[in-house]
Amino acid sequence: MIPSSFAYHKPSTVDEAIQMLQDAGEDAKLLAGGHSLIPAMKLRMNSPSALIDLRGISGLRYIRQEGNAIAIGAASTHHDIIDSNLVQSHLAMMVQAGSQIGDIQVRNMGTIGGSIAHADPAADWPACLIAADASIEMKGPNGTRTVAAEDFFLGLYYTALEEGEIITEVKIPIPAPGTKSSYVKFHQPASRFAIVGCAVMMKSSGGTCQSIRVGFTGVSDMAFRDTDLEDAIRGKELSAANVEAASQVAAAGKDILGDHFASTDYRLHLARVFAARAIHAAS
Amino acid sequence: MASLIGKPVKRVEDKRFITGKGRYTDDIVLPGMVYAYIIRSPYAHARINSIDTSAATAMDGVVAVFTGKDITGITGVPTGWQVNFKNGDTMKEPPHPLIVADKVRHMGDNVAVVIATSKELARDAADMVEVDYEELDAVADAVKAVAAGAPLVHDDVPNNIAFDFELGDKAKTDEMMAKADHITTLEFTNQRIIPNAIEPRCAIGDYNSATDRYTLYTTSQNPHLTRLLMCAFVLGIPEHKVRVVSPDVGGGFGSKIFHYTEEALMIWISQRIGRPVKWNSDRSEAFMTDAHGRDHITKAELGLDSEGNFLALRINTHANLGAYLSTFAPCVPTYLHATLLQGLYTTPAIYIDLTAAFTHTTPVDALRGAGRPEATFLLERIIENAAREIGMDPTELRRKNLIPPFDGVNEPGYQTQVALQYDSGNYEAVLDKALDMFDYKGFRERQKAAKAEGKLLGVGFSTYIEACGIAPSAVVGALGARAGLYESAQVRVQPTGKVSVYTGSHSHGQGHETTFAQIVADKFGINLEDVEVVHGDSEAVAFGMGTYGSRSLAVGGSAIMKSIDKVIQKGAKIAAHKLEANEDDLEFANGAWTVKGTDKSIGFGDIALTAYVPHDYPAGVEPGMDFASFYDPTNFTYPFGAHIAEVEVDKDTGKVKIVRYVAVDDVGNVINPMIVDGQLHGGIAHGIGQALLEGAIYDDDGQLINGSFMDYTMPRADDLPSFEVDRTVTPCPHNPLGVKGAGEAGTIASTPAIVNAVLDALSDYGIKDIKMPLTPERVWRAMQNGK
Repeated sequence: MIPSSFAYHKPSTVDEAIQMLQDAGEDAKLLAGGHSLIPAMKLRMNSPSALIDLRGISGLRYIRQEGNAIAIGAASTHHDIIDSNLVQSHLAMMVQAGSQIGDIQVRNMGTIGGSIAHADPAADWPACLIAADASIEMKGPNGTRTVAAEDFFLGLYYTALEEGEIITEVKIPIPAPGTKSSYVKFHQPASRFAIVGCAVMMKSSGGTCQSIRVGFTGVSDMAFRDTDLEDAIRGKELSAANVEAASQVAAAGKDILGDHFASTDYRLHLARVFAARAIHAAS
Repeated sequence: MASLIGKPVKRVEDKRFITGKGRYTDDIVLPGMVYAYIIRSPYAHARINSIDTSAATAMDGVVAVFTGKDITGITGVPTGWQVNFKNGDTMKEPPHPLIVADKVRHMGDNVAVVIATSKELARDAADMVEVDYEELDAVADAVKAVAAGAPLVHDDVPNNIAFDFELGDKAKTDEMMAKADHITTLEFTNQRIIPNAIEPRCAIGDYNSATDRYTLYTTSQNPHLTRLLMCAFVLGIPEHKVRVVSPDVGGGFGSKIFHYTEEALMIWISQRIGRPVKWNSDRSEAFMTDAHGRDHITKAELGLDSEGNFLALRINTHANLGAYLSTFAPCVPTYLHATLLQGLYTTPAIYIDLTAAFTHTTPVDALRGAGRPEATFLLERIIENAAREIGMDPTELRRKNLIPPFDGVNEPGYQTQVALQYDSGNYEAVLDKALDMFDYKGFRERQKAAKAEGKLLGVGFSTYIEACGIAPSAVVGALGARAGLYESAQVRVQPTGKVSVYTGSHSHGQGHETTFAQIVADKFGINLEDVEVVHGDSEAVAFGMGTYGSRSLAVGGSAIMKSIDKVIQKGAKIAAHKLEANEDDLEFANGAWTVKGTDKSIGFGDIALTAYVPHDYPAGVEPGMDFASFYDPTNFTYPFGAHIAEVEVDKDTGKVKIVRYVAVDDVGNVINPMIVDGQLHGGIAHGIGQALLEGAIYDDDGQLINGSFMDYTMPRADDLPSFEVDRTVTPCPHNPLGVKGAGEAGTIASTPAIVNAVLDALSDYGIKDIKMPLTPERVWRAMQNGK
């Protein structure tokens, strides 16, 4: 469990980090919490020539209200997020998801920026950010740009991040009054990542679903928004039968992952089960 | 001085462990030490065409690179047990080389070793070694391995069969089975599990050319046996020139009993290069190279009469031994498994036919319970199915067939159909107590109510017996053991009355430093802190057979008792002289010899001092107070118990939640109830791991596909309920402490209890078996198929 040797840089500003990333060449990697990258390096599945450690940048770790949104600095740890009053007040699913990430050590070290940049297909945050209609801010040599969470995840460990860019912030609109959210998860028992994670942000009135966004993780090679499921329940009464019926379209048409913990058809079944559970929990 | 035996004394070793001051093998750094990195086969079966070490050898800081071709005149590591074929032919024992030269036979097999001045350099240099493999077909499954045309693991072992084996009366079993009114059959796999002790293995070889002496530091449960095997059977170096040290060891569960190739290899390398050399396994290596456990494929039949009395048990098992015979491997499926098939039941006819197969997998050997979990699983699973098939309550079916109580003193031991004679037992008592604690009647009511709400609750039972206190040397010798299985102890009373105890047992989590000290302090009437227990160093301890098979207290503790008696007897001679009394008129209690009926008395400390300053001393008595003993048991010990699990199955997902777990165990007399409870808790968790979570997965190419903690599920606290444990006490009649052993009991009992509970929860689905581990998907799929 010994990584190959690598150069190490510790910038103190984002601009400095961008410059270092350019200078270090394409085999360089950004280091945030390190909870995915370091194990991969120890197993020599990843052998970067250089690490650029973002933990020396002071301005990336914050959670604050900006207008009608919650802005989360990319270097905020999982624990920062679940411990935030602002998040607790508006985004129950973020607390539910964050407190199921890894263990205490992981939650104290791992960051939201690192997690979404890594884009593990079974990570918890992506489903929530998609359901919450979050946007992701990146900064690179050509300036700053923003991508909606549902357009950010493009494949297995593959995102909209361009070479040389660094995630700086996640921005989540504060949900309208009466909106509820939930995240439910079926754990892979060894890694505790999600076999299925389902995040739901829903506004209901008089027991009827007014609006809904659903994000899934773990089910396919990337987190995705499930608009078929949203359409199937929007405008319907949230009865057990309706939710059950709607959940049958969950993950429809997706390439479903299969492994020794959950085969393809079982995982699809679980996606349906957890879609229903997440909708009920947000009702 | 209050009695210490039976008291829940806090473990004295824990202070250093929980403050990070334990000293493990990897903590040892010797002057001039270099580091080894072993290049391991990525294939299950491949021919090595060539190995190019030149680039690695040329790197700065690389001391040497060795391949199998460099090691000449050494056959490899041997097995410690010989089980011959049924027809008398000799067991097949192909060599297990320190580094393979021609072919790799399992993923992780040793291909080359790189020695460098740092472990980082050794690791980097390993990437520069070019190995040209020619991949060959592999077989990972024991039944497939013995089928015609299967790829051979060893060219000179036909059909991959190491040996075959039978036990019991075949003719009688067939005859009784023919008379049965009902026959329950069950085909199942007792899956392979991986030990995963928290401390990976580590070995340091240190050859001193000035004295021509060797020291091996190693993570061993068994330092003396490692020394014997390595010196006499592997390297051919004189034993008196070798010291083996096993310092603090972070768990073993059996996997550190065995003499591994890496140990002999480090000694060989150190001698070659003239420097100490350390190898430390990483977790990936541990998954591939620590001996695995279980891996039986079994077909069992239980014949019953119309009343539910067991008539006959007939079994056919294929045991997977992996690519090479590990130290205890031949005895696990045979004398630790077949001999336990009587269980707690009066079954009058039993026969097992077993085939032991080589496969292209990691060697399989003893793992917590070792054979006895497989036997118990078989019995308790088939009894559960039989009860359901004949419509009898599973507790009643068990009760009906239990062996009646016997104390082994006034009544003789119980002679089984499969060679063993149980020492003492009161089996119905543990079942009754467990049922009472669990409130079985109340449960069935709750189960009904839950069902009405659409919830699936289930209860599962298991009883077990195990043969521990391993073992009478003559008996195991007759069965093929190449060693005796006694234990040694030395009790050295220091001049100040403090006591050093040297034991051949080895603690790697069991708490010997506490329990053994409790015994000595109790018997001498001194304080616990006045006793120090020393173990794990062949230079300090005369000899030892190590710790496994729940033997430490029963065998090692008994050896200590023999030395304690010798101290007290000698003390009496000195006391008689000092008190001017007749030795027969003395009694020893509360740390003093007293002339009966008087207040004339002399304390333990005074006698100790007198023994070392013998100015006023009895004639003909030697100075000093230091006694060594060897204890060879006359029989195994036989702990037993009854466990009950309550589970709830999530209908939607198949996920099993353990709601309650009740265990009543009889481990004989108890020295430290807190340690016994802890052993039980750990054992139950281990067995639950096998039932629900753990299992090595090999694909058809022999690749271990879940060799990491990201993919192989170990039990965690949140998988488990708070265990409710209690006990009965039926003392062992044949050892001085009356103890039986507790380290494996939980593991043996819990696995079938959990599986039975899940099947009870799903009793409406008509499911006969679900393959372990009972993952949510397997349970869900069984429900889908069973509807």
